[in-house]
Amino acid sequence: MSDTHHPLNIETVHHIANLVQLGLTDEEAAAFLPQLNAILEYFALLQEVDTESVPPAFLLPGARNVLREDNPEPGMSREAFLSNIPASEGEYVSVPRVLEEA
Amino acid sequence: MDLYSLTITQAHELLRQRKISSLELTQALLERIREVDGQIGAYLTVTEAVALEQARQADERLRRGERVTPLTGIPFGVKDSIVTEGIRTTCGSRILEHYVPPYQATAVRRLLDAGAVLLGKHNLDEFSMGSSTENSAFFPTRNPWDLKRVPGGSSGGSAAAVAAGECFFALGGDTGGSIRLPAAFCNVVGLKPTYGRVSRYGLIALASSFDTIGPLTRTVEDAALVLQVIAGQDAHDATSLAQPVPDYAAQLQRPVKGLRLGLPREYFVPGMEAGVEAALQEAIRQFERLGMEIREVSLPHTPYALAVYYLILFAEASANLARFDGVRFGSAAQQAQTIPELYLETRGKGFGAEVKRRIMLGAYTLSAGYYDAYYLKAQRVRTLLRQDFERAFEVCDVLLTPVSPGVAFRLGEKTADPLAMYLSDVYLVATNPAGVPALALPCGFSEGLPVGMQLIARHGEEALLFQVGHAYQQVTEWHKMRPALGR
Repeated sequence: MSDTHHPLNIETVHHIANLVQLGLTDEEAAAFLPQLNAILEYFALLQEVDTESVPPAFLLPGARNVLREDNPEPGMSREAFLSNIPASEGEYVSVPRVLEEA
Repeated sequence: MDLYSLTITQAHELLRQRKISSLELTQALLERIREVDGQIGAYLTVTEAVALEQARQADERLRRGERVTPLTGIPFGVKDSIVTEGIRTTCGSRILEHYVPPYQATAVRRLLDAGAVLLGKHNLDEFSMGSSTENSAFFPTRNPWDLKRVPGGSSGGSAAAVAAGECFFALGGDTGGSIRLPAAFCNVVGLKPTYGRVSRYGLIALASSFDTIGPLTRTVEDAALVLQVIAGQDAHDATSLAQPVPDYAAQLQRPVKGLRLGLPREYFVPGMEAGVEAALQEAIRQFERLGMEIREVSLPHTPYALAVYYLILFAEASANLARFDGVRFGSAAQQAQTIPELYLETRGKGFGAEVKRRIMLGAYTLSAGYYDAYYLKAQRVRTLLRQDFERAFEVCDVLLTPVSPGVAFRLGEKTADPLAMYLSDVYLVATNPAGVPALALPCGFSEGLPVGMQLIARHGEEALLFQVGHAYQQVTEWHKMRPALGR
C-alpha cells in the first residue's frame, strides 16, 4: 500500500496544527479529521498518472531571475512600517518572552 | 437610463462631452450603494470622502482636457485582497480586521493615475479561499439576481457590485476561478489574465504561482479598457511579463471569421444542468454564425486538474499565510505570555475554518515522507496540463467551455462539505497552473439565473479573447440584462 493511503488520525491533526502554529480546539480537530481525510483520499487519484519522465512545473514559461544593481533605493519609512504593529514601544516591536529564564 | 447602469464606454463619452461630471457619476453610485448594498453586502469599506475628492480632481482634468484617459472620472471598487494605501484592507479575515496598508498595489496605483475614482473595497472569501463568498469572516455577499443565492467566489463582492450598478468596474483576483465563477453567476464579464500580465504587487498572496489580478466589467470592451491600464511589467513584481502590452482596443473590432474555436470534449460531459448546457450549445451556434470554425479537441489530463490545483494551492497558501503571526500586523492575542502562545492564539482565533484546513493540508503534503507522493507529483502532472493546452492550441485559436456545471447555488447549500464546494471550480482550475488567460462572459439564463461561458487562449493572447468576446456581444444581448433589485 502506498504512502498516500495513510489517513490522518486525531493525533496527527493536532501535530500538524502545532507545526503550523494553529491553535485548534478539540471540537475543531474532531470536525476537521474526516474532512481532511476525504480531501487527501481525493488527491490519491494523481497516482494513476504516469509521470516517469515528466519534470515538475516549478517555473512558468519565461520565468527568469530579475536582478538590478545593488544600489540603495528609498524604501518604506519606519513610521509607515510600524503603523500596523499591534504592540510596539518607540522604534521597537514588542513580543512576549522568547527565551525561558535560565 | 440610470447613471449606474452605464458601461465605462458610455460614461466616458458623456464625461468627455461634459454632459455629466465625474462628481455626478460618483454621487449617483454612492447613492446606489446606499440604496442596495444593505441587501447585497458587496462592500466591506466605502470610501466616500476619498471618492468625492478624486472625482473633483478628475473633473479638473476633464475640464482642462489634460491627461484624459478612458477611465478618467470612472468610479470603481477593489477586492479587499488588494492593498489600498491608507484604506483598510481586511482580506475578508478577522486577522486583518484593522490592517491599514502603508503601500499601494501597482494595479490600483495605475488606475488612480489614469484618473479613476475609488469607491471602496469589496467583500470576498477569507484570504480568497472559497467559491461563494460565504467564507468571509464578516458576512456573505448575496447574488443581485436572487438574494437567497451566492454570487460565487472568491471575488463575489466585486461581481455583485458590478452587476448591481454599485461600481462601473472592479479589480478582482483569480487563483482558480475566483474572477470567472462570480462573473458567470452575476452576469458580468470577468478576465483572468495571463500569469504575470498584471503585477501582483499589493495582492495579498494565496498561491504565488497561480494568483492573478483582473477586471470585472459589464462588457468585454470595458474589460479591454481596464486591462490596458493595469497591465505591464513592474519592477516590484519579478514575475511580471516583460512582453509589451498590445493596444487591446485597436484589435477589438477585428472580424472572427475563420478563427478556430476548440471544444474540449472533457469539459462537455454529463453532469451539467440542462439549462447551462442549452445556453452553451446556443453560444456555439452563435459562433458558427459569426463564421468561426468549430472543432472538437481534447485536454486529456482534465480529470486530474482539480487535484493538481488544490494540492499545489494548499502548499503555496500554507507558506504564504505563515506571516500572519500577530507580531508585524494582525490582531495580537492579548493574553499570550510566550511567543508560541502568541502564534497559536492569534492564528487560532483570527483564521476561519476553511483557512485552517488549507494551511494544515498544505503543510502535510509538503512534509518529509509525503512531499514526493503529493506535492512533487502534482507539479509533474501540472506540466502535463500545460502540455495539453499547448497541443490543443496547435489546432485551434480559442477554446470554449462552460464556467460552471450549474447556476448560482443557494446560500448554505455547499458549506457542509468542503470537497463539494471545490467541485464548483472543476472547469476553471486548469488555467492557473498553466498560466493561460481566460475570459468569462454571459451567454444566457437558466430559470432566471445567469449562465456564463469561458473562452481560453494561449499565453499572452488576451487580445484574441477580447476580439472573440466582443464579436459575440455585438450580436447578443445577455450582457445588457440588469437584475431587478427591489427599491
